[in-house]
Amino acid sequence: MKRFIKDMRRYLPYTKYATKSGLKSEVASSHLSWLWWILDPILFMLVYWFIFMVIFGQKKEYFHVFVFVGLSMWNLFNKTVSGSVRIVAANRAVVTKVYIPKYFLILILLGQNLFKMLISFGIVIVMMIWSRVPVTWNVIYVIPILVDLILITFGVSAILAHFGVFMDDLKNITNVGLRILFYMSGIFYVITDRVDKAIATLLLKVNPVGFLIDACRQALVYSTTPHRRLILFWFVVGLGLSAIGIVTIYKNENHYVKVI
Amino acid sequence: MKPENAIEVKDLKITYKCVKSLSLRKSFFHLKKSKLEVYEALKGISFEVKKGEILGIVGKNGSGKSTLLRAIAGIFSADSGSIELESDSVSLLSIGVGFQKQLSGRENIILSGMLLGFSEQQVRDKMDEIIEFANLGKFIDMPVKTYSSGMYSKLAFSITAVLETDIMLIDEVLSVGDAKFKKKSYKKMKELIMDENRTVVIVSHSTETLEKLCTSLLWLHEGEVRMQGDTKTVLEAYNEFMS
Repeated sequence: MKRFIKDMRRYLPYTKYATKSGLKSEVASSHLSWLWWILDPILFMLVYWFIFMVIFGQKKEYFHVFVFVGLSMWNLFNKTVSGSVRIVAANRAVVTKVYIPKYFLILILLGQNLFKMLISFGIVIVMMIWSRVPVTWNVIYVIPILVDLILITFGVSAILAHFGVFMDDLKNITNVGLRILFYMSGIFYVITDRVDKAIATLLLKVNPVGFLIDACRQALVYSTTPHRRLILFWFVVGLGLSAIGIVTIYKNENHYVKVI
Repeated sequence: MKPENAIEVKDLKITYKCVKSLSLRKSFFHLKKSKLEVYEALKGISFEVKKGEILGIVGKNGSGKSTLLRAIAGIFSADSGSIELESDSVSLLSIGVGFQKQLSGRENIILSGMLLGFSEQQVRDKMDEIIEFANLGKFIDMPVKTYSSGMYSKLAFSITAVLETDIMLIDEVLSVGDAKFKKKSYKKMKELIMDENRTVVIVSHSTETLEKLCTSLLWLHEGEVRMQGDTKTVLEAYNEFMS
């Protein structure tokens, strides 16, 4: 714990700067530069909107907001987790030259994806105003929900990053797993409308991503109070996963550089 | 730790386990009987470096020199034994601290500097000096991916050379860039090294460099200390052995 606090103080400024410059470098060579941060989610949104509104004829109220909230949150989880599996090897140039606690590499990635998610949520707000979505105090719950999502994403990423150093094929397995999870989290369909009740409960309660996305939509778009005890439950789980991840990395990171 | 020492290494052992990134299939089938091939890079070495000393390390390829430097830099820690340093301010001078290829040289200076443990402000204060030393002209504001390999190493060298740390570990970088830059970096290196408060460990194959710069030498042979002492004696014995 002491080491964690000391490292936080030492490496957090670097993490912040690296997050910023990572974002900058992503768009540095493109013509539209930072506009891509806004265009990217909007264009993807259009694709999903076309498929599900036009082809499948979904009739859910505020469906475009519904999809966009799901997609924004999913992207944070998906991109961070899939990027973390091989993150130590991907940062070979850094980790073989200086010591840095390896989970800070994940924090940098998480920070970048968080930034993109916040932009997406900005677009969500614009869409909500545009469509005159009624808003209640339930909106407050979005904050703990996003905290949960961040913790769980970080915890899962840290644990996978550790095993990813030693197992090359973990990348493939993770990608398949993420794909399955994508379809099980109800990003572009209403879980309770499509599958029967038992499975729906399972998907919405046992699958943290599915639950959090659903809870966020309820709070933000449909003026309902989400399941507070489950939010607390996943907060504790997220904290636990993160702690396990950090401890595992601390214990083993000495060997990482020797393997890659 | 004795107060006059900057680095104390005691009975240091470092092994490479050839886990060689197991595939999942293999690790399932061989979970129990998998015999790890263990390669001992350093087989229990001990030595001390006094404050302000310039220690050269010699040895043939694969004798554990770079492993030792990396261990002192804290990139990986000992399997057994210990390394104690008088200060946290350590840098390993070798070519290229992870640059972000899309970003400008200027941006990369800050990133690398912060990674070495300096604050953003500290790096900014030294920025002009680094840029002047690297002498890259207008390229300093261009993405690093446009650099030639010589420019790349010039920038890397300048960052670590200008941002001074208490303990410097140098892994054969004295030959960077063109003849002019080489001369300049050699001079800078000498200036850095001669600072009495700085402790330096140099790995090099160049007899000339070692003779001119080092106050003492350590000869590693297959992971063990073969000899330690003043530069001349060790170098003579080493050269005789190698010829």
